Amino acid sequence: MTGFSTLFYKEILRFWKVSFQTILAPVLTALLYLLIFSHVLEAHVQVYPGVRYTAFLIPGLAMMSLLQNAFANSSSSLIQSKITGNIVFILLPPLSHLEFFGAYVLASAVRGVVVGLGVFVITAMFVPVPVQNLLWVVAFALLGSGILGTLGIIAGIWADKFDQLAAFQNFVIIPLTFLSGVFYSIHSLPPFWQQVSHFNPFFYMIDGFRYGFFGVSDVSPYLSLAIVGGSLLALSFATLSLLKCGYKLRH
Amino acid sequence: MVPAIEIRGVSKTYASVRALCNIDLAIPQGEFFALLGPNGAGKTTLISLLAGLARANTGSLKVMGHDVVADYRQARRALGVVPQELVFDPFFTVRESLRFQSGYFGLRHNDDWIDEVMARLDLTDRADFNMRALSGGMKRRVLVAQALVHKPPVIILDEPTAGVDVELRQALWQFVRQLNGDGHTIVLTTHYLEEAESLCSRVGMLKQGKLVALDSTHNLLRGFSGIHLRLRLANGALPGSLRPMLAAAQVSGEYVLALHDYSDVEEVLRTLRDNGLEVAAMELQQPDLEEVFVAIMRRE
Repeated sequence: MTGFSTLFYKEILRFWKVSFQTILAPVLTALLYLLIFSHVLEAHVQVYPGVRYTAFLIPGLAMMSLLQNAFANSSSSLIQSKITGNIVFILLPPLSHLEFFGAYVLASAVRGVVVGLGVFVITAMFVPVPVQNLLWVVAFALLGSGILGTLGIIAGIWADKFDQLAAFQNFVIIPLTFLSGVFYSIHSLPPFWQQVSHFNPFFYMIDGFRYGFFGVSDVSPYLSLAIVGGSLLALSFATLSLLKCGYKLRH
Repeated sequence: MVPAIEIRGVSKTYASVRALCNIDLAIPQGEFFALLGPNGAGKTTLISLLAGLARANTGSLKVMGHDVVADYRQARRALGVVPQELVFDPFFTVRESLRFQSGYFGLRHNDDWIDEVMARLDLTDRADFNMRALSGGMKRRVLVAQALVHKPPVIILDEPTAGVDVELRQALWQFVRQLNGDGHTIVLTTHYLEEAESLCSRVGMLKQGKLVALDSTHNLLRGFSGIHLRLRLANGALPGSLRPMLAAAQVSGEYVLALHDYSDVEEVLRTLRDNGLEVAAMELQQPDLEEVFVAIMRRE
């Protein structure tokens, strides 16, 4: 366990030492999204009855920031270590693939949750947001950050260059996040795009997370929980297999 | 006693390039072993296989009797590797880097040993410096310290003195000699063959992935190289009877003669006297590992 806890602590300290970039910057970005979108759409859009658009937007922005930062944490740490060569410090010791996986995913979850919480606290100063059921909020925050932390490990060990990682982030993670219902309810979409949205696992993360705040969601939170939990299990299994065989790490 | 390192029938291919070909090698505990070879010979590949950074296509590798694949935890605990590349984590200080490395090996509360390693490598006053603030030589010392935080019985140094100043080189060798004296097995790869000659009791030479020589340093020096007599004549040219002994073409009036042993010196001087020639300058050159290395690489 010492190996795992050391690697976990190192990963936490790594992002904490540059918290201006890793925590404050995404909180500011989310705040700007809120100010601009709420200014433009507050008077025109009401997604759920009795819920102001700005209030609707806050959980989505918090979850989006949480997901993107969980992904950024593990992926950037690994690609930097691979490119600078200091990945040998992790590969030479007797760390198991399970310790490796656990440390990177948990550290990603911590950064994701810290950023998500930061976004929520700052943006909720502008408009009150109810919390109907904290358990759903916590469950989806943890599962979502776990999934993105796992995807970050896959991207980090697959990518050989920074631009490959940027491609993964810009062409996979960001579109899936933006098209998951952060800024809208999928019921406002044409039927075809509603159906397409159901194939986006990020949609279930945002929808389930939002259910915890408003007690209203586009699909049943139990269905979201099953899909998000199943996705985390499947991705974890795939990532552990990659780590066990040393894919792109042990040649 | 199990060998510190045991390599049996190991081959490794990268894409279509054969990096190692059927290597057999055993290094007893406590030995100071030199692994030599030109660039691309397979030295770093062999070290990578031992350290678990790469996996062999065939054969087995053991460190202190532990298979590096099946029993990787014990094998890695027994091994400390100083990598060839000057790598570091720019986020952390020297002390943090050493504490993390210690923790990865399962050691908590290891500060006493970390302090001792830093003191022996003259790093104490840099302990709280960020790694980015260190010079290349200091970074190299930290790499050595990182390889030693878990007190491994086997230590591999992959070209540790490349680009390092004389002072650090001497301090490093003094420390490594001390470790060897304390019972640690040392494996060294270097292109500075005088270092290998003075430090190592046994030498293995790799060429194009094959082990082309493996013997004690003493035997290699005795078996492959004679004594060279470098001389400059005050008048005239080298007599014809001595020309078969020429080891190299004449350069700027100097002749280099290859002798079988020291008694040949008298024979050379007598021949020169008989021909009325005077010696302006003369130097006896001992055989060195570099000559042996060059001879073996050419032969193979």
